[in-house]
Amino acid sequence: MTSFLTLFYKELLRFWKVAFQTVAAPILTSLMYLLIFAHALEGRVTVYENVGYSAFLVPGLVMMSVLQNAFANSSSSLIQSKVTGNVVFMLLPPISYLEFFSAYVLAAVARGLVVGAGVLAVTVWFVDLPVRAPVWVLAFALLGSAILGAMGLIAGIWADKFDQLAAFQNFVIMPLTFLSGVFYSIHSLPPFWQSLSHLNPFFYMIDGFRYGFFGASDVAPATSLTVVGVSFGVLSLITLAMLRTGYKLRH
Amino acid sequence: MPSAIRIRDVRKRYGALQALDGVSLAIEPGEIFGLLGPNGAGKTTLISVVAGLARADSGSVEVMGADVVGEYRRARRMLGVVPQELVFDPFFTVREALELQSGYFGIRKNAGWIDEIMHNLDLTTKADANMRSLSGGMKRRVLVAQALVHKPPVIVLDEPTAGVDVELRQSLWKFVRSLNREGHTIVLTTHYLEEAELLCSRIAMLKAGRVVALDSTKNLLENFSGLYLKLRLDRQELPVDFFREIVSRDGDLYTLKLADFAELEGVLARLREGGIAIIEFEVQPPDLEEVFMRIMNRSE
Repeated sequence: MTSFLTLFYKELLRFWKVAFQTVAAPILTSLMYLLIFAHALEGRVTVYENVGYSAFLVPGLVMMSVLQNAFANSSSSLIQSKVTGNVVFMLLPPISYLEFFSAYVLAAVARGLVVGAGVLAVTVWFVDLPVRAPVWVLAFALLGSAILGAMGLIAGIWADKFDQLAAFQNFVIMPLTFLSGVFYSIHSLPPFWQSLSHLNPFFYMIDGFRYGFFGASDVAPATSLTVVGVSFGVLSLITLAMLRTGYKLRH
Repeated sequence: MPSAIRIRDVRKRYGALQALDGVSLAIEPGEIFGLLGPNGAGKTTLISVVAGLARADSGSVEVMGADVVGEYRRARRMLGVVPQELVFDPFFTVREALELQSGYFGIRKNAGWIDEIMHNLDLTTKADANMRSLSGGMKRRVLVAQALVHKPPVIVLDEPTAGVDVELRQSLWKFVRSLNREGHTIVLTTHYLEEAELLCSRIAMLKAGRVVALDSTKNLLENFSGLYLKLRLDRQELPVDFFREIVSRDGDLYTLKLADFAELEGVLARLREGGIAIIEFEVQPPDLEEVFMRIMNRSE
């Protein structure tokens, strides 16, 4: 237990020591998104009855920050350790693969939630945001960030260089997040793109998270929770298998 | 009592390269054991397998009786490894790095021991300095300290003095000896044969993934008991019948190679018969470098 707690603490300390870059910067970015998109689209797009576009946008931005930062935390921490070689400090001690996985994923969840809470705190002043089902909000934030934390571990284990990690981020994570309905409802899309969106697990994370605020969503929240829960289960098993076999970590 | 490290027929292949080709050896508690070999001989691979950083294709390794795969938790607690590369985590101070390392090994309150290690390695004044700000030598000391936080009975140092200045090398040697006196088993890989000769009670020489010599340092030196005779003579040329023994010549200074001290008398007698007077005379016993070169050449 001490091994796990120490590794978890180290991962928290790592992002907290550079909080300006890991917490403040993404909050500012989200605020920019809100100001620009709200200015351009407020009053022109209506998604749900009685919900203005800015209010619709805020949960999407919060969840996007949660997801992106959870991914950034585990992936960049691991790739840095691999590239600089200090990953050896974690490979020499008797840390089990389950402890390793839990520490990295939970630290990613923590970073995701801290940034998400920060984004919510600065954007909520601009809109009138109800919170109809807070438990759903929390459930999707936790599961979503855990999924991205696990994906970050997979990417960090797989990548040998920073540019490979950047490719993973730019060609997998970014398209999946931007095409998940952060900025729009998928009902506004042509049928083909609507059905394609249903294959994107990120869509269910955003849609379910949004349900927690408005009590309305594109698909039933229970369905979203199931998809998100199963995704987390599958990704966890893949990550654990990689860690157990020592793929790219222990030769 | 189990061996400190027991390696049984370990093989490891990286692509086309057979890095370890059936290595077997046992290192006993209390030894300072040297692992020697040219670059690419498999020293670091062997240490990686012992430390669980790499997995053997076949064969087994035990540390203090614990299998490094099956009982990896116990095996790793018994082992402290100082890696060859000068690695560090730039986010932390020296003390933080040591506290974290301690925690990874499951030890929560370890401040007393950490202070003691820092004191012994002259790191106390740098305790709260960020790892990034340290010199190479200081970073090397922190690596040694990190390997000791959990008081492992067996300590492996992979090329600890590579690229280290003379002063730090001397102080590391002193420290290694004192650890050994306190009961730690030490395994050392090194390029510096002088270091192995000075510190190690036993030595294994690796070449192309195989053990080509395994004996006490004393026996290795004795078995290769040839010696060198340096002579400066009152004339330029040695008679033809000495050509067999001449190894090198620098002006009027000849170096002759003899099998043992018994041959010395014969050489002196022949010189006397030839009426050649000796101006300077020096006998050099073999050193480990000589043994090393001969073993490496023999096992071509």
